Amino acid sequence: MSRGYVGKGVRRNEDRRLLTGRALFVDDVSLEGMLHVAFLRSDHAHARIRGIDVSAARARPGVAAVYTAEDLGEYWQPGPLLVPPPPVEGLVFHPVTQVPLAKDKVRHAGEPVVMVVAESRYLAEDALGDVWVDYEPLDAVVGLEAALAPDAPLLHEQLGTNLAAFVPQQHGDYHAAKAEAHLVVSRRFHYDRGAGAALENRAVAARWDARAEELTIWDTTQAPIPIRNGLARMLGLLESQVRVVAPFVGGGFGPKIMMFYPEEVLVPWAAIRLGRPVKWTEDRQENFYATTQERSQIHDAEAAFDRDGRILGIYDRFLHDTGAYAPYGLTIPINSQCTLLGPYDVPNYDSEFRAVFTNRTIVTPVRGAGRQHGVFVMERLLDIAARELGLTPVEIRRRNYIRHDDFPHQWKILFQDFAPLWYDSGNYLPALEKALEMIGWDAFPAERERARREEGRRLGIGVVSYVEGTGIGPYEGARVTVEPSGRVRVATGLGTQGQGHYTAFAQIVADALDVDVEEVSVVTGDTREFGWGTGTFASRGAVVAGSACFAAAAAVRAKVLAVAGRVFGVAEDEVELAGGRVRPRGAPERGMGLGELSLLANPLRGAVAPGSEPGLEATAYFGPDKGSTASGVHAVVVEVDPETAMAKLLRYVVVHDCGKLINPVIVEGQVQGGVAHGIGNAFYEQLHYDENGQLLNASFADYLLPTALDVPRVEMAHLETPAPMNPLGIKGVGEAGCIPTGAAFAQALEDALPELALEIREIPLSPNRLFELLGEAERRGES
Amino acid sequence: MTAPVEITLGVNGETHRRAVEPRLLLSDFLRHHLGLTGTHVGCEHGVCGACTVLLDGEAVRSCLVFAVQADGHQLTTVEGLAPAGGELHPLQQAFRDTHALQCGFCTPGFLMTLVPFLRDHPDPGEEEIREALSGNLCRCTGYQNIVEAVRLAAERA
Repeated sequence: MSRGYVGKGVRRNEDRRLLTGRALFVDDVSLEGMLHVAFLRSDHAHARIRGIDVSAARARPGVAAVYTAEDLGEYWQPGPLLVPPPPVEGLVFHPVTQVPLAKDKVRHAGEPVVMVVAESRYLAEDALGDVWVDYEPLDAVVGLEAALAPDAPLLHEQLGTNLAAFVPQQHGDYHAAKAEAHLVVSRRFHYDRGAGAALENRAVAARWDARAEELTIWDTTQAPIPIRNGLARMLGLLESQVRVVAPFVGGGFGPKIMMFYPEEVLVPWAAIRLGRPVKWTEDRQENFYATTQERSQIHDAEAAFDRDGRILGIYDRFLHDTGAYAPYGLTIPINSQCTLLGPYDVPNYDSEFRAVFTNRTIVTPVRGAGRQHGVFVMERLLDIAARELGLTPVEIRRRNYIRHDDFPHQWKILFQDFAPLWYDSGNYLPALEKALEMIGWDAFPAERERARREEGRRLGIGVVSYVEGTGIGPYEGARVTVEPSGRVRVATGLGTQGQGHYTAFAQIVADALDVDVEEVSVVTGDTREFGWGTGTFASRGAVVAGSACFAAAAAVRAKVLAVAGRVFGVAEDEVELAGGRVRPRGAPERGMGLGELSLLANPLRGAVAPGSEPGLEATAYFGPDKGSTASGVHAVVVEVDPETAMAKLLRYVVVHDCGKLINPVIVEGQVQGGVAHGIGNAFYEQLHYDENGQLLNASFADYLLPTALDVPRVEMAHLETPAPMNPLGIKGVGEAGCIPTGAAFAQALEDALPELALEIREIPLSPNRLFELLGEAERRGES
Repeated sequence: MTAPVEITLGVNGETHRRAVEPRLLLSDFLRHHLGLTGTHVGCEHGVCGACTVLLDGEAVRSCLVFAVQADGHQLTTVEGLAPAGGELHPLQQAFRDTHALQCGFCTPGFLMTLVPFLRDHPDPGEEEIREALSGNLCRCTGYQNIVEAVRLAAERA
């Protein structure tokens, strides 16, 4: 029996609290005697610290404490390496991680140098003005190529280089393939930095209860359990003495899973030391300097094709900017390296990257996490080759897709989870055909001509493909409990930042136990409720924790049937479970609610049957040894004004395959939001650093997020190729929307202005940058 | 300069008299002095719109107003739209029905922007709605479902 919630667009359980302003976010935490923190951050991108004088700040009324690196004593340690390097032959990796407060040197503007704790945030910020730091400015490393120049200033002198990592991966023999090629195209591609820009800035609050010897931390993290484990280790506490709560979190998008941010290390420490609750909330300017960013890469890529446009091989050498430290390991560039292959059959691949340290904010995954760089390079190479070969962009893709009967598709390079890259399932051609039908591909050339001739408008179309490795391990868990009230409680360890986990997980459990979905109460992100798991990243929450919920609910269902069988004196398969009630088959008058049954499963007298457990509760884990591969096609129509270089997306079609859908309304929301993020990355959002490593646009007035006027309605269709690796057949969807957006946008712009023979090899663009590119193309045409 | 000033103002129909520093932002006053934490702060420079509240019925950014400037005025925050545990405001209900929120952080600001908008534009077209929304940033939804929510709320009114 099932109510069939899975697959339905059920309204969200969490919305009422959010809509009425009664949901708890970290900055809402208010505790008796709470102190407030402000950080003095480096003004310089690269400088030696010759001295710090905090005496005036300490003397200011209302200031409880001022800390420098020296004051931290033994507690001052570089952060842990979050992800170790993969076991790739020939790999070079220099793990240098961030520190709580800069000691001898600052390595990016915004790096924290001094922590002030005061009776209010206003007073703490006042005291920042009292601190005097003697800096000796050093030349900054800003560009990726400049980082590896022989005379480049060094961020980390002990390394003797700014090289953070070198990772070569190959399969097949690219050079042999190239020797046979009919066409070889090689180009350089740039991808530049953007911000995650969650609307909620980061925040950490901590309370040390000296009598209970318990530390409670509220943190805007995407990974509360690893934060608890790490802080317990650093602070010398038992994990059970530390509770980390990630309550409602106002958007994650990746940067909220950096571990550890200096503020996360310092605020709990100060709360213990001062014996008072302490809170720090980031402001937007700090967010631009101190919250991690992503996306700078430079690719020198080459593709070899046969006469028919079939890919013989791809060769890529790229630089990846990891910023001032590399706490997150190599997840992003490995994602780029792997995702470049896309849905295409690439028999020979030779890819190497160098990650470099620069005097810019630390780089860790932001929605997409390197995937869009690889997709951009591959899709652009295909477009350039198609033009050379006289094929349409659609035809060259059609000819290169992995065939639907060629799954699972095994590659020889390693993915970010260190398993060989592997596509569990997929069916790419139908997605393309559907997208072409929806966007009106066949009729578009006539429409483009008509608009140009009759209205003087310039329209272009773009169609691109991508895959996204999702749902990787190691594992997540869930506990499902039927409470005496008959309501069902689900606890899982990962954090939630708007993905609708309170509803999607409730749908899975409600189906298994045949109860009303609103009777299922989900809690996520509280280590006291559930203490095992990793976090919300890599589009894995629904796949991995959802599968754990499914397994735990199935185990509870088995208990329900077993206990009811004993109570009714019938065989388990004679028990019917429906509508939150159990009854012996054919005897509805003997039925009872699940709540009542749960009381019988937890008796005050008698004994719990041998081999069974009290209560109607079960815990289960799900750990896929490989991920599941989502895929899709984006098709867009762009209008561009060649005079002003202003471009507008008129239509946006997404045909998406994330396997079985738990909740199509939530999935569509994720895709629409991801596309908006991708549009921002493609045309509005760019972090501009000057040659001194100073960020020039650290505000929402200068760094432009797309608004309701910039994001069109996304027209969507879903294909469901079930994932074989999990019981629900689901694949992740959180990042997909933003991955191919830049590539689609670039192709459509070129299509709109064929006479200019534009070739867009960089993202983000902006109206200004596009204006320059149009000017260059015109001058090329005239000369 | 920082000597407290006494102010009296109404918030969600209740009168509050407090002594506040002249530099205290209205957003901080509402959140941290009155405990009305439904008003969120996203940028503190007047761009994102998350902190929008009603001042004498009109939408203002509470991060760009000092608490002392609200002296003698009537404010409405998101907590004032629907009683605790009671029925949702029609706009809140429409947001829920159309999945117009994901993380929900920007949502109170959108709601408070839209209440006076719908009062003044009871039957808005899509372009009008998008224009009205364009002063509020949302990173999660891509705005489409917020547009749908406004339409639905207008239809139901």
